[in-house]
Amino acid sequence: MTAVRKRQIALVGGLLLVIEFLCRVGLVHKTTLAPPSVMLATLADEFASGRILPDLGETLICILASTIIATIGGFVVGLVLNSFPRLRDAVRPILASYYSIPIFAFYPALAAILGLGIAPIIITAVLNSIVGMIIATEDALDRFPRVLVKLARTHRFTWWQQALHLQLPAMLPNLLGGVKLVVAYSFIGVIGSEFLMAAIGVGYQISYSYNEFNVPRMYGLMLLVVILVALANLLLNVPERRFASRAMGRRGE
Amino acid sequence: MAVPQPVGVLPEIHAECRDLVRNFGGIAGGHVIEAMGPITLEIRRGEFFSVIGPSGCGKSTFMDVLAGLTPPTSGTVTFEGLPVRGTVPDGVGAVFQEDASLPWLNVWDNVAFSLRHDGTDPAEIKRRVDEAVAFMGLRQFAKAYPNQLSGGMRQRTCIARTMVMRPRMILLDEPFAALDAQTRLLMGDELLRLWRETGATVVLITHALDEAVMLSDRIGAMSARPGRFLDIVETGWPRERDSSILARAEVGAVSSRLWGVLREESQKALDQSGRLAAAREGS
Ligand SMILES: Nc1ncnc2c1ncn2[C@@H]1O[C@H](COP(=O)(O)OP(=O)(O)OP(=O)(O)O)[C@@H](O)[C@H]1O
Ligand SMILES: [Mg+2]
Repeated sequence: MTAVRKRQIALVGGLLLVIEFLCRVGLVHKTTLAPPSVMLATLADEFASGRILPDLGETLICILASTIIATIGGFVVGLVLNSFPRLRDAVRPILASYYSIPIFAFYPALAAILGLGIAPIIITAVLNSIVGMIIATEDALDRFPRVLVKLARTHRFTWWQQALHLQLPAMLPNLLGGVKLVVAYSFIGVIGSEFLMAAIGVGYQISYSYNEFNVPRMYGLMLLVVILVALANLLLNVPERRFASRAMGRRGE
Repeated sequence: MAVPQPVGVLPEIHAECRDLVRNFGGIAGGHVIEAMGPITLEIRRGEFFSVIGPSGCGKSTFMDVLAGLTPPTSGTVTFEGLPVRGTVPDGVGAVFQEDASLPWLNVWDNVAFSLRHDGTDPAEIKRRVDEAVAFMGLRQFAKAYPNQLSGGMRQRTCIARTMVMRPRMILLDEPFAALDAQTRLLMGDELLRLWRETGATVVLITHALDEAVMLSDRIGAMSARPGRFLDIVETGWPRERDSSILARAEVGAVSSRLWGVLREESQKALDQSGRLAAAREGS
């Protein structure tokens, strides 16, 4: 464990203790914030009783669907844009300012058209995340060195061989960065939509607890979201560390 | 002359360029850039031929056309008697000016890359790659990734990758441009060793006069863009040679003859780029 990591853990642990203390002595009122230990206990209870499981399943399915659709879709759109430079020039300003549009503003319309189900949630999450992947794909293609095209030609590679043996591996680190963005924005898209309007889902349960003044449960479920995001990041960091290890002097396997 | 030729027998021609011209642009009424030519040149089998010229004169373009990486605008290239046009013929290997090592593969796998994609038997791949890695002095770095290596080692990896294909003609485009002068001389020695031991024809593109003089049997001096050969100088060095040849008295004569040609052309190239910059600022 590095010194930085130790300091990070100490910082987070210390912060939790301070919050716990403030809540316990009543400096922070219990309708404002639940002590971390209580958050954890309510969360454990949610799992023990199995109450949250249907919501969790629904949320995870939506995030997974959005991630898969946005990753593949964004990659394909990026490739297509790259092969039509005129189209790309036309679309570029839109992509650049895309995230200034609040995608959630369209969610109620989608829900009105499609009904309260997973479809409008997934669509909102995809709209929220796909542009990150498009931009990452474009970026990866831009960075592909022209000299490797020459290399492919000295080997008389077919288009397919060039894509498989040179372009894809060269682009992989950039594409992975895109996938990380997609996951993060899918989380935001799904949980956010569930907050606004839904019949099921972790986001829905959080807002439900809020309306019911069930503060410990609200915070417990928020903790669940934080844990999910941390787990997703941990998972996505594995291949990234593999790329980095090549630069650090260790073998990447 | 490198390979002693029996009297009255002409050296065998390995590659031939005839009235080669390459332009860029000009599509949809755009401005045409005359990058190179016309070039008429015979490259002899087994010789070490260097191309020297001012920057931007069309050296890389010449190599691309000679290798079959880009078709000429007009004129012809033949390699071993067969026409080359837009595809790289079997038996031609190229090392590029830009770093073409593959960052996701270690040195050994980089060197093996070419062989793995042409159906070579794995045992043969191992034999050839081990040999090339050792030859290029990369054995300790076989498991290292390119971004852990210096620029010189990366270029050596690329040379090894070309070498394992056993090309009969190797084209190298300023492979040592990024290296300091001393390292470049040492790399030159290695290149000479490679040339001698493989018996391949070598065409080296460089903008370093001393490098060209030290390494070559013949040196072609190019004009400013569009690059043409203004003079071709035979050095007459023995085949067994290394960088110590720089101590020879004849080096001065060869260098000054080339410099006589290049001085004016380099000035022209400088003016060209100055005009370009001025035009850009003006627009
Ligand atoms: N694909 C291209 N499209 C348009 N112009 C090009 C292209 N490739 C080269 N040129 C132009 O042709 C000229 C010759 O370029 P080239 O790269 O062959 O020169 P060079 O002698 O190799 O230069 P350097 O010494 O910088 O390596 C330059 O003016 C360059 O701008
Ligand atoms: Mg060049």
